[in-house]
This record gives sequence, C-alpha cells and structure tokens, in this order.
Amino acid sequence: MTVEATPAPTAPRASAGPPHPFMEFVSYFSANRGAVIGLGVIGVLAILGLFAEFLAPFSPTQTNSQVFLKPPVWQAGGVAGHWLGTDAIGRDMLSRLIYGARLSLLIGFAVVALSVTAGTILGLIAGFFRGIVEIVIMRMMDILLTLPTLLLAIIIVAILGPGIVNALIAVAIVLLPHYVRIVRATVIAETAKDYVTAARLTGASNLRLIVKEILPNCAAPLIVQATLGISTAILDAAALGFIGLGAQPPTPEWGTMLADAREFVLRAWWVVTFPGIMILITVLAFNLLGDGLRDALDPKLKR
Amino acid sequence: MLRFLFTRVSLVIPTFIGITLLVFVLIRLIPGDPIETMAGERGIDAKEHARLVHEYGFDQPVIVQYGYYILRVVQGDLGRSIVSHKPVIEEFLALFPATIELSLCAIAFALLIGIPAGILAAVKRNSIFDQGIMGLSLTGYSMPIFWWGLLLILLFSVQLGWTPVSGRIAVLYFVEAKTGFLLIDTLLAGEFDAFRSAVSHLILPAIVLGTVPLAVIARMTRSAMLEVLGEDYIRTARAKGLSNFRVVTVHAFRNALIPIVTVIGLQVGVLFTGAILTETIFSWPGVGSWLINAIARRDYPVLQGGTLLIGSIIMSINLLVDMTYGLINPRIRHQR
Repeated sequence: MTVEATPAPTAPRASAGPPHPFMEFVSYFSANRGAVIGLGVIGVLAILGLFAEFLAPFSPTQTNSQVFLKPPVWQAGGVAGHWLGTDAIGRDMLSRLIYGARLSLLIGFAVVALSVTAGTILGLIAGFFRGIVEIVIMRMMDILLTLPTLLLAIIIVAILGPGIVNALIAVAIVLLPHYVRIVRATVIAETAKDYVTAARLTGASNLRLIVKEILPNCAAPLIVQATLGISTAILDAAALGFIGLGAQPPTPEWGTMLADAREFVLRAWWVVTFPGIMILITVLAFNLLGDGLRDALDPKLKR
Repeated sequence: MLRFLFTRVSLVIPTFIGITLLVFVLIRLIPGDPIETMAGERGIDAKEHARLVHEYGFDQPVIVQYGYYILRVVQGDLGRSIVSHKPVIEEFLALFPATIELSLCAIAFALLIGIPAGILAAVKRNSIFDQGIMGLSLTGYSMPIFWWGLLLILLFSVQLGWTPVSGRIAVLYFVEAKTGFLLIDTLLAGEFDAFRSAVSHLILPAIVLGTVPLAVIARMTRSAMLEVLGEDYIRTARAKGLSNFRVVTVHAFRNALIPIVTVIGLQVGVLFTGAILTETIFSWPGVGSWLINAIARRDYPVLQGGTLLIGSIIMSINLLVDMTYGLINPRIRHQR
C-alpha cells in the first residue's frame, strides 16, 4: 500500500514542491475504478435527464389505446418504436424511464441541498455556541435517528399530505442528523485549535471565524456524506412513491411506476423490471462515487 | 457499574419524552377536528361532540392535554383504532410476532451468508473472490428492496412456481397460536405440512428483508477481519504452526466479533424500515403492513400508537446493546 501511494522521490515534479491538493485528489480518485465508473454512469444519467425532451421518443404521459402492455421490440408482439415496450395504458416505457432520470436526479440533489444547508447551520450553531442550544439540537437529532427512516418519512408525509415536494421535504428531514453531527464534531475539534484562537485574537468576528476559518474544514466529510446522501434520498423517495405517498401518477417517477406495475407482475415482466433497474443503477453509481470520494478525501486513509 | 447503568438509562428519558412529543404533535398537526376524525364517516351530533371534546380534554390548554396524553400512555392506553375500534396496543401485540419472526429469519439469513462471505473476502484479499463479494455487497446495499421482492416473486413464484406469492401460511391450515411464531406453533402442534407451508411463505420475504443487512454485515466482517489479521498475535499464532483455518476462525474471527455485533445491533432500525416495505409486497400480516394500511384508512390513533411503540422498542434494544457492551468490556464502562 505504502509503496504505490508514495510518489518516487527521485523523479520530482518541475516545481519540486508537493503536488497541488486538487491534483493529488484527482490522482487518488482516478485510480479507483469503481468511482470512475460511478461518475460515468451519473454523467450519462444527467445527460438523459437534461435532454429528455430530445432523447425520449414519446411524451412520458402520452397514452395510446393501440398499444396496451406491449413487450419490448425484441420479444414476440413488440411494437416498432416502443423499444422497451409500453405500460398498461399504452405509454412508452423508454420515454418514461428517461424522464424519470431527470426527476430522480432532481429529487436527489434537491433533498441533499436542503438537508446539507439546514444541517450545516444547525451543526455550526450547536458546535460553536455549545450549552443548552447544543443539547436541544442534538437531542432532537437523536430522536430523528431513533425512529426508522421510512417510518419517520411516512409520518411527515402523513402530516403534509402525499406528493413529490412533501416527500422531498420528508426525506431531507430524515437525512438531517448525519450532517448536523458531522459539522458539529468538526467545529468542536477545530475551535480548540491554535489557529482559531489566533484569528480570534486578531479581532475576527464570530461570523468570520465560522465562515472563513472553521467551515472549510467541514467540506471534505460533507461532500462524501452528501454524495452518499443522494443515493439514500433517491432510494427513499422511490420507496415513498412505491407505497403511494411520494410522486403521484401520472408522474414518471421510478418508484411510482413500480407501484402501478405491481398488478401486472404476472403478465408483463418489463413494466416491473426496468424502473427497478434504473433505481438500482443510479443508487449504485452514487454509492460507488461516494466510496471513491471518501477514499480520496479522507486524510486518515491516505498513506 | 451502577453509575454506568444510571447514565445510560438517564440518557434515554429525554429521547423517550421527545418521541412522545413528536407523536403528540403529529395528531395535532393533522388537518381537521380530531373528534370528527375519530367518529369517522358517519359523523357525530353536536351534543356527543361536546361531550367527547371534554372527555378527551381538547377544551384544555395544549400543555395540559400533553400531560393527559402522557398519563394515558404510561397506563398503557394508546387509544383505539378508528376502523376496528380495538385498542391499538392489542392490535399491535397480535401482529408483532409475525414481524419478529420475519425479522429474525432475515437476520439469520444475513448472518449465515454475510459472515462467511466477509471472512472469505478478507482472507483472500484483492482476489477475484474479494472483488466479487464486495461488488455484490455494494449492489445489495443499493438495492431498492421493494423491487427486489417483486423480482423474486416474478422468478420463484410466477416462473418456477416454487413459493406462494403472499401471506404467512396456506389458508387450509389452522394452527393454535401459542407463541405467535408460526414456525414454532406448527411444530408444537405436530403439523408438518403446515410447517412446510409456513416455511415456503417465509423464505422470500426473509431473503428480501435480509438483503441490506447481509450487505452491511459482509462489508463490516471483511474490514474487521482485515484489521485483526494484521495484528501481532496472528503472526504469533501462525509462527506456532497452527493451521490457517484455526488461525482465521479461532484467533482472528473471535476478536473481529465486537464491531460485527455492533453492526448487527444497528440493523434493528434498518429492519423495521425494510419490514414496512417487505410486508407490503408480500401481504405479510405484521406491524409494517398494519401501519401502511393505517395511513390509507386515515387511522391516526394506530399510526400514533404504532410509531410510539416501535420507537420505544428500538430505543430499548439500543439501550440493551449498550449495556451488554458495558458488561462485557470494562473499558467502555469506565469511559467519561
């Protein structure tokens, strides 16, 4: 391990200094095959989502009474043009899957953006001001962690009402404790260090201390947790869609599509198989990327 | 030791109060009049309404209402289901064994496969086995289990016809419930056909529910084993001329068990989340599908009481795991 990780001292770079942190990160990251594949898959999904209007052969909600439950083209009975077959009311599977990519990525990023923002603020407050504020915030996070994630999300959706936006808020709340814990732990560890004391002595305000000195230290663990959080968010949102509390039909959300497909499990394998494969591939890609980022960003694991 | 127990238990109390608060607020936040919700679709006359408002204390300040709620909870009164009019706790206790039976079988499945797979991956580090096992385990970890269940039904129930699609036992068998666990009850009754039926109903849901814990346990076993295998005492054991099998199973695995047991303890919450989905797919008559049906029927007392019970159970299990560590490992006991 140490042999491959240490650059050969006999062949210094042109500048002879240590490599730029970013270049070091790139070299660690690109050595991880799984992470690169994950990033590639996410790239493809992002292109599918961004250009869904041009790539999808049909509208995701357009029904066609001529082609109910037709199998994919390569199977007997398949209809030309509907590559992956059609669902129970004649909508094109491929088009719905492509639009689903847009939706799932949007859900993943929106949930994590919401959760990271709120989690960072709460974690900073808890770690910087300590005392009763910290106790209250951390106890609340413990309660959120005690309940099973899906049950908690279900309760929140039961209060807010089913729908994609409410499901998004519910999953963001469920993910919150992880970010609060990371930020609080980093803040507490960093505040005790000399450079923060030095900055304080030079007259830096609390806000400046937090934003300029302490917050950058949270970036690496937050990026890793956020990447893994996207996969959890996509999975939980799909689960909520599957039990009828997430995106509502006819939205082409993968979990909701699976819920619609349940009753056709006996006679139309394609309506059941494809949306699940998409969820699995997407979640797997983000998990691979997250693992790779952790290995590349975590100084403890390096060398 | 007493001090350790005391601090651990006292940490649980605020969490428990928090959960009751959350559950209490839940019922207040749901739109609509709670009495009318309780009365259901038939409605209620004004006089009866006023009587119930007074009886449930809805005319009192919120803080007093919370006090009444806590009093009722402490006495074991979690309200009545709007649909069946039975006490929530009674319904919960009737269905809970089914969920436990499913969860125990799922965790057994996860351990039986996950631990040997993790050990194999660690011993044959960087080999094709290692990469294969780790790849599969990451896939299992990323699996949308509600889809995984449908796939298994598609393959084993529809294509091959090996297993039934849903339920807990074929309807033609009636077994007296002694323990609530059908696998045990059928054997106690000496009905082996019924036992076989129960097993065939259980096998797919247990695999589905066990998949995510299996992946986590395999990964954890591998990393714990890798750490232990680098220790000096392993080299000593090898130097003594012990067989590789003995070194791995007796010397290394025993010491790797602590982090593995921790991870198993942490899977309780994951199992409950999974049980909600698994029970829905396989129409398994447990607590998870009961909660999902409660949402569909707007049966809020069931949702409220069930959440409180599940939260308390998970909290107690976490506490139990913590205390067991304290008993086993004095270093943990004397921390802080």
